[in-house]
Amino acid sequence: MSKSSGVHVPPYRAVTKHDMFPSATLDEAARFDFITHMNKFLASSLGAGNKIAYEARVLPAFRKEHGRDPKDRFEIRHAMNRDPFHQLWSASKRNTMEMRQQNGRAIALRQLDELDARANALNAGKATLQLDPTVEVPRYQSAVDIHCMPGCYHGEERPGDVSAGANYDSGLFATTAGALGGLSDGGGQAVVQWLRANYPNWKPRRVLDIGCTIGHNVVPLALAYPEAEFIAIDTAAASLRYGHARAQALGAMNITFIQHNGEDLSRWGDGCFDWVQTTMFLHELSGKALPQIIREGFRVLAPHGLMLHVEQPQYTLDMPLYEQFIRDWDAFNNNEPFWSAMHGMDLKQQMVSAGFAPEELFVAAVKAVADRTIFPEAATDETEDHGRAAAWHAYGAWKGGEPK
Amino acid sequence: MTETTLDWMALANRKPKGKRPSYFADPQNEELYSILLSLVGEVSVMRQRLDTVERLLEAKGSISRADIEAYVPAGDAAAERSDMIREYILRVMRGPMQAIQAMTESAPPIDTVVDELINS
Repeated sequence: MSKSSGVHVPPYRAVTKHDMFPSATLDEAARFDFITHMNKFLASSLGAGNKIAYEARVLPAFRKEHGRDPKDRFEIRHAMNRDPFHQLWSASKRNTMEMRQQNGRAIALRQLDELDARANALNAGKATLQLDPTVEVPRYQSAVDIHCMPGCYHGEERPGDVSAGANYDSGLFATTAGALGGLSDGGGQAVVQWLRANYPNWKPRRVLDIGCTIGHNVVPLALAYPEAEFIAIDTAAASLRYGHARAQALGAMNITFIQHNGEDLSRWGDGCFDWVQTTMFLHELSGKALPQIIREGFRVLAPHGLMLHVEQPQYTLDMPLYEQFIRDWDAFNNNEPFWSAMHGMDLKQQMVSAGFAPEELFVAAVKAVADRTIFPEAATDETEDHGRAAAWHAYGAWKGGEPK
Repeated sequence: MTETTLDWMALANRKPKGKRPSYFADPQNEELYSILLSLVGEVSVMRQRLDTVERLLEAKGSISRADIEAYVPAGDAAAERSDMIREYILRVMRGPMQAIQAMTESAPPIDTVVDELINS
């Protein structure tokens, strides 16, 4: 074999197995390997061409036509969408996502009987899974299938199944090119690492995770704080059924999964949680739901409690418009309709409006924690997969100041 | 094979809710490109299977289909396979990759060079 040419992508079969994880045949694993590599290729080698096309011809043409530079990311998008190179790149990226969904669904659906049986065995009679059929799927979760994931988080192929969660879990590795680690929990692991480094003596007693989907980011938190009681809520029963079984399989017995909408937390009293967490959730809401959830989160947070929202970086005034445009791709091409508006929001202002004092706010940079012997470190340079990189900003606040 | 009554092969193809953006001037190109990229993926899948067979034959001399199905690449094999897929993608994507270089090259048409060389 000739000399290696770069950072290796771990094989799909390096993904950590748990009792709920759908098994992949040799060819299905090979399909995910190809998709994983394609995502890396599209983010780095081919992705570099977008900026070159912008600077070499799209921007000069825009200036010629308008006599000025683009004034926002949307003008750049409209101009770039007419560029043949960007068209091919976008089509490739969209197709790669569609191929990921097809492979994940083929894997999950062909073994659905067995997956449902395993979930039933792990879920039956457990007080830690509380489903409520009266909870409605909000418009921001039903308007389009987020991530081009047929059925979104709540879809079912037959009543009571775990197909949505199983498909989602099976392909996270490929979508993120393995950067989230074997359990795709790099986001949660990153939060644990940040807390241990900065607040080693902090011991939360009750924790609320809002918008947990399959719980992949709350499990590492629950395992790191085994004495704490975790409540993980989501409106999607299909994801919760899978997520609860998955958490049980991974030994996180201190999480109660509840089907519930975070916009109304009235079943919990004021100040009854020490920690309110969301991970890659705020961008899947709406203009009204986001402030409402932060308001409710503030209300149920105890004095000196922590609110933490892990997201891709917000578009700040000093972020170049081109970077805002490329970070916006998923909004318009991967069914993330609130992504653009949310990233353009002033999250700090939202948190102040909810009740926090400005001096209580902070932003921390957190990076995926994964086993570096098999997983490459997340790229944070120009070759990162904008919008999907395994490096985030944690927008946080301590209510009434840090714990004593 | 599972006993599921679901037609999982067809259901795997379900379209996600929401209008799909168009990328090319001709709508038929959207479908043609989706077929092309899937085919590119399937060739990669076949190459992995062949690589698996080769590695197992080299190690064991004689193998079964169960051996092939159970194979998990580790260590050097995983790294070599990662290189194999990366190299394969770069090779089939030669056209768009060269298009990037072309955008930064201010080369005249070949006719201009032909004329130039006649007189120089």
